[in-house]
Amino acid sequence: MENKYLKDDIIRSSGVNPKKCMKCGKCTATCPSFDEMEYHPHQFVYMVESGDIEPLLESESLYKCLSCFACVDRCPRGVEPAKLVEAVKLSVIRQKNSNRLKADDVVKYLDEDIPQQAIVSAFRKYSK
Amino acid sequence: MQRIGVFVCWCGSNIAGTVDVKAVAEALKSEPGVVFSTEYQYMCSQAGQDLIKDAVKEHNLTGIVVCSCSPRMHEATFRKTAAAAGLNPYMVEIANIREQCSWVHKEMPLGTEKAIILGKAAVAKVNLNAPLTPGQSPVTKRALVIGGGIAGIQTALDIADAGFPVDIVEKKPTIGGKMAQLDKTFPTLDCAACILTPKMVDAAQNENIRIFSYSEVEAVKGFVGNFEVKIKKKARYVDETKCTGCGACIEKCPQKKVPNEFNLGMDNRRAIYIPFAQAVPKVATIDADYCNMLKNGKCGVCTKFCAAGAIDYKQKDEIIEEKYGAIVVATGFEPISMEKFDEFAYSQSKDVITSLEFERLTNAAGPTAGKLLRPSDGKHPHKIVFVQCVGSRCASCAEKGKEYCSKICCMYTAKHAMLTRDKYPDTDVTVFYIDVRTPGKNFDEFQRRAVEEYGVNYVKGMVGKVTPEGDKLIVRGSDLIANKQIKIDADLVVLAAAIEPDKTARPLATMLTASMDTNDFFTEAHPKLRPVESPTAGVFLSGTCQGPKDIPETVSQAGAAASKVIGLLQKDMLLGNPCVASSNQLMCNGCSSCERVCPYGAISYEDKEFPGPNRTVKVRRVATVNPAVCQGCGACTVACPSGAMDLNGFMNSQIMAEVDAICK
Repeated sequence: MENKYLKDDIIRSSGVNPKKCMKCGKCTATCPSFDEMEYHPHQFVYMVESGDIEPLLESESLYKCLSCFACVDRCPRGVEPAKLVEAVKLSVIRQKNSNRLKADDVVKYLDEDIPQQAIVSAFRKYSK
Repeated sequence: MQRIGVFVCWCGSNIAGTVDVKAVAEALKSEPGVVFSTEYQYMCSQAGQDLIKDAVKEHNLTGIVVCSCSPRMHEATFRKTAAAAGLNPYMVEIANIREQCSWVHKEMPLGTEKAIILGKAAVAKVNLNAPLTPGQSPVTKRALVIGGGIAGIQTALDIADAGFPVDIVEKKPTIGGKMAQLDKTFPTLDCAACILTPKMVDAAQNENIRIFSYSEVEAVKGFVGNFEVKIKKKARYVDETKCTGCGACIEKCPQKKVPNEFNLGMDNRRAIYIPFAQAVPKVATIDADYCNMLKNGKCGVCTKFCAAGAIDYKQKDEIIEEKYGAIVVATGFEPISMEKFDEFAYSQSKDVITSLEFERLTNAAGPTAGKLLRPSDGKHPHKIVFVQCVGSRCASCAEKGKEYCSKICCMYTAKHAMLTRDKYPDTDVTVFYIDVRTPGKNFDEFQRRAVEEYGVNYVKGMVGKVTPEGDKLIVRGSDLIANKQIKIDADLVVLAAAIEPDKTARPLATMLTASMDTNDFFTEAHPKLRPVESPTAGVFLSGTCQGPKDIPETVSQAGAAASKVIGLLQKDMLLGNPCVASSNQLMCNGCSSCERVCPYGAISYEDKEFPGPNRTVKVRRVATVNPAVCQGCGACTVACPSGAMDLNGFMNSQIMAEVDAICK
C-alpha cells in the first residue's frame, strides 16, 4: 500500500486525528511500556502524522503497548494515541493477512507467572 | 418618488477581484428610483466620499445606496457623508457585497450576479426609507465599577481623577483582589503589596470614590447614561463608621478554626476578621457561618472588647439604590479547581499545591511568614517540580479544564522558579513545559535569566502522574528533547492552574445584558478596535473578566476603560438610536406579547381613549415603547400577532420590499 493511503487508512480505522496533538508528551510521561518501546506514544502520533509509517510497521514497539489507555485518558487534546498504535498494528495484520502468532505458538511463551486471564485471552486472540 | 444614487466600491481588489463592479453599477441604473450610478476604487476614502457628496448636489439625490463592505464597518462613515451633503443620514443603505459576496464566492459571474441582487434589495429598501431623527437622553454623571481588584481600582482612580464620582462594589470585605495575595510581580519583581496598597489607600482617600465593600450588585435597570442599580450591602455585623480596625476583637474571638480564604485555607482565622493588615476599608467583618453568637446566641466576646462599640449582631443586609451613567465590569478571575485532576494527586497530598498557594507560602504576610515550607510537615523542600498548563489548553477535558491558554502561567512559574533558586540555592527546581510563551516587554529575557543565571531546569515535556510515596512525591514525566521518561522524587509539586472568570460574572452579565463567550469571559464590542467596550452601550470591561491577562495589561485596559467612561460622562446629552420600535395603537389589541419578549423592559401598557361609533369613546389597553430604552432588536415586531409593532428603519414593508427584490 502506498504511504499516503496507508496514513489515511490508519487515521480512518483508528478515528484519531493526529493533527490535534500539541506535542506536550503527557502520553509518553507515564507509559508503562516506555522502556520496552523503540518508538514511544508521542512518536507514534508524530510519525503517522508526518507519513513516516514504515519504521512503525516493522517495530516491535507495536506489540509492547499494553492497551492500558493511560495515554488516552490523560491526553489534554483528546488525541488517543493507544488507538493509533492499535490501528497501525491492525494494518500490519491486514498486510500479512495473519496474526503475529499462531495459537500453537502461545505455549512457548507460557510460564508460571502469567495470569490465567492472559493465557485465555492469548488463545482467544490468536486462534482467529 | 425617491431620487437614488448608487455607489459601488471596488475595495481595491477585495471586491473588484471577484465582482464585476462596472456591471453592477450598470445593472442598478435601471432600478426604480435610481437616477445615478457609478463605481470607485475606495468609496470610504476622502475622494470617494467627495464623489458621493458631489453626486447628491448634482443629481439632487434623496437616497443613497452604497455597495461596499459590511455596514458594521462603514455604515456610520457613509451616514456622516450623507449628513454632510445635507441628507438625512438614515436615507443611506449599505449593500454588503464584500463579506457576503466577494469574500465568499470565487467565480466572477456568480459573485457579480449576487452583488446585483443585493444592490437591488438595498435600492428597494431606500425607496421606502423615511428620514429619522434620534431622540436625546440626559447622562447621569456617576460611574459604577464592579469589582475592586487592581482593574477596578485603577479604573476608579482614573475616572475620579477626571472629576467624576465613582462607586466601587466589591463582594469581599476588602478591595485589592488577587493582586493583594501575590508576593512579587514579574518581570521586575516589585513586591505586589508595595505597589498595590498605596493605590488602595488612594482609592479610599479620593473624595470622588465611594467603596462599597462586602457588597454585591443585585439588579440593574435602564440604559446607557441612565442605569439604575440596586447594590446589596451584606451585613458584616460591624458598624463601618465606628470600627477603627484596632483588631482587639479578633485577638479575643474564641472561634479560632475558620479556614482562612485569603491564605487559600492553608491556615485559620477567627470568626471576626480583617482579611489582611493593609485591608481597605480596615474594618472587621463577622463570618456568620462560624460566629457562635450569630449561630446560637452564646458568646458576645467581641462586643466586650470593642472600645468603639462597633459590633452590631442585629445588622441586616442593606439595599442601596443609585443611578449611574456608565458601568465598568472588573470581576476578575479565579484559578480552576484542581480536584478533578487525579493524576497530579492534588487532593491526595498537601504538598501538591497551586501556584497561588505557592504565592502565599512565599509571601512575608502568608501562613509561613515567607519561609518556603511544605504544608504537610513544615520542612524545607529540596526538590520542587513545577507543572505548567494544568487545565489550560485542555481541549478534551471540558468538564475539568479550559481550552484556552491562561497566558500568565509561563511568566509566574519562571518567577517562582527564579525566586526559589535565588533564596534557596540548595533547592533543585524543575519546570515541565509544553511551550514557553513569553511575549511581552522584558518577558523572554526574564525567563532566560531563570535558566541561565539561576539554573532552573526547564524540561520540554509534561508530567503524567504524581504519586505520593512516604514523604516524597514521585513525579513521572517526559523529556521530549532527550526522548526519555523521567522520574523525580520531589518534595513539593506546584501546579500552574488555569484561570477562569469569576463565578459571579455570569449572573451579572445577564443583569447587564452584556454578552459572554462560551468560557464566561465578557465579549468585547470588537476584538481589535473596541476591546474595552461591551456590545451593550454604557457597559465597559476592565481586566481579566474579558480574557486572561497580566497586571501591566490589566492596568492599561483599566485606563482605557476609564477614558471611555470619561468620554461618555462628560457629555450632557446622548443621542439615541432612532431605529426603535413603535406600536400602531389603532391596531394594537393589548395582548402583552411584545411586553413579554422585550429583553430591555422598554414596552409598557396604557389605557387610552379611542373614538368609537356614534361619537362614543372606547378605552382600550395599548402598548407604548420607551424610545430611550428600546435597543431596536425587533423581537416585538415578530411577536405581535396583529402586526401593530414596527421597527423604524426596518419597517415590515421595507423588509418585504427587500425580499421581493431578491426573489424577483
